[in-house]
Amino acid sequence: MEKPINNRAWLLVAPVFLIVAFSAILPIMTVVNYSVQDTFGNNQFFWNGLGWFQELLDPSTELGGRFFAALWRNLAFSAIILAIEVPLGILVALSMPREGWKVAATLVVMALPLLIPWNVVGTIWQVFARADIGLLGYGLNWLGIDYNYTGDTLSAWITIVVMDVWHWTSLVALLCYAGLKSIPDAYYQAARIDGASRWAIFTTIQLPKMKRVLLIAVLLRFMDSFMIYTEPFVLTGGGPGNATTFLSIDLVKLALGQFDLGKAAAMSLVYNLIVLAVCWVFYTVMTNTGSERADRGEPA
Amino acid sequence: MDDFTAHLAENAAWMAWTWQTGLFFVIIASLLIVFTLVALFKPERARVGVLGIPTTRGDRLFITLLGSAFINLAWLGLAGPDLGWALALCLVYALAVFRFV
Repeated sequence: MEKPINNRAWLLVAPVFLIVAFSAILPIMTVVNYSVQDTFGNNQFFWNGLGWFQELLDPSTELGGRFFAALWRNLAFSAIILAIEVPLGILVALSMPREGWKVAATLVVMALPLLIPWNVVGTIWQVFARADIGLLGYGLNWLGIDYNYTGDTLSAWITIVVMDVWHWTSLVALLCYAGLKSIPDAYYQAARIDGASRWAIFTTIQLPKMKRVLLIAVLLRFMDSFMIYTEPFVLTGGGPGNATTFLSIDLVKLALGQFDLGKAAAMSLVYNLIVLAVCWVFYTVMTNTGSERADRGEPA
Repeated sequence: MDDFTAHLAENAAWMAWTWQTGLFFVIIASLLIVFTLVALFKPERARVGVLGIPTTRGDRLFITLLGSAFINLAWLGLAGPDLGWALALCLVYALAVFRFV
């Protein structure tokens, strides 16, 4: 499995590196510089050391309080949508047709939400859920259910979660469907001969075979929901109050709304470190589940 | 030449450099350069450590730097702004990563 590494190939990456230097590395360096200073504009900066970071990590301060609130909110959001989208995606994948013209039709319908730009998704749900003119909002209120996502925290959360489920369950379902399609028919035949129940087939054949794609789905959905910005920004703008202010929305409010560059820089660095750590886990798991298979001599 | 440096300083003012952050990036950059040179002149094979994943020296450097960032943040949040001991802890962590991961 081990092979020697030829680092000369990295030279071919040099042009990309040059572009990335201007689009990412220099801006990140600037953010690091801002995070240890304070500014009142006019390119004048004052040394603040680790002050912003200290404030950020102390929940009793204003900055720390809003950071941790946004962090927990964001983690709760990720947990909720994962708890809904993963089981729902598996169920959808299990009930999708395996052959015939229906396959193509289902795949197209499933892929549709994934093709819509994120701000359009936000706008669709913004209008759809409005209590005065939206079909969903008006309908719910007509039924006597008090629903108003601009004023009520619970309504806003339900709307955002439902929107995300509508937008992204397809992805989980399509990944699971790909996993299911790769199971050879012989497995099912053997199960039929053994007289296995539907549940036994699911837990002993389908679920283990879907493990890898499910892992990818969970990590992708976690990263995406942890970095979500556009949809809640368009739908609720972080409101009512701060009820749906996730990390990225709070960051933009801090940096571009209040122009607190130092605080925003410190917050974005800590946010970035969390994302980087999760990305690393994601990358490691993705690249290594394949090699484990190869080591055991299983087909990938 | 003076004109050029003055021009450069003016145009880089928005980046708000300080010598502390400059030093920070010089250390990171020199670590990257050293590890690149070592990888070029002393090629190695990835090995599997306690994490159960194959890692090269570069992977271990990344794990060290990322972990050190979290160690420093945790120290800052729990113990206070004096990061001397946190850096010492990072060094121990780095040795452990390079030995066991």
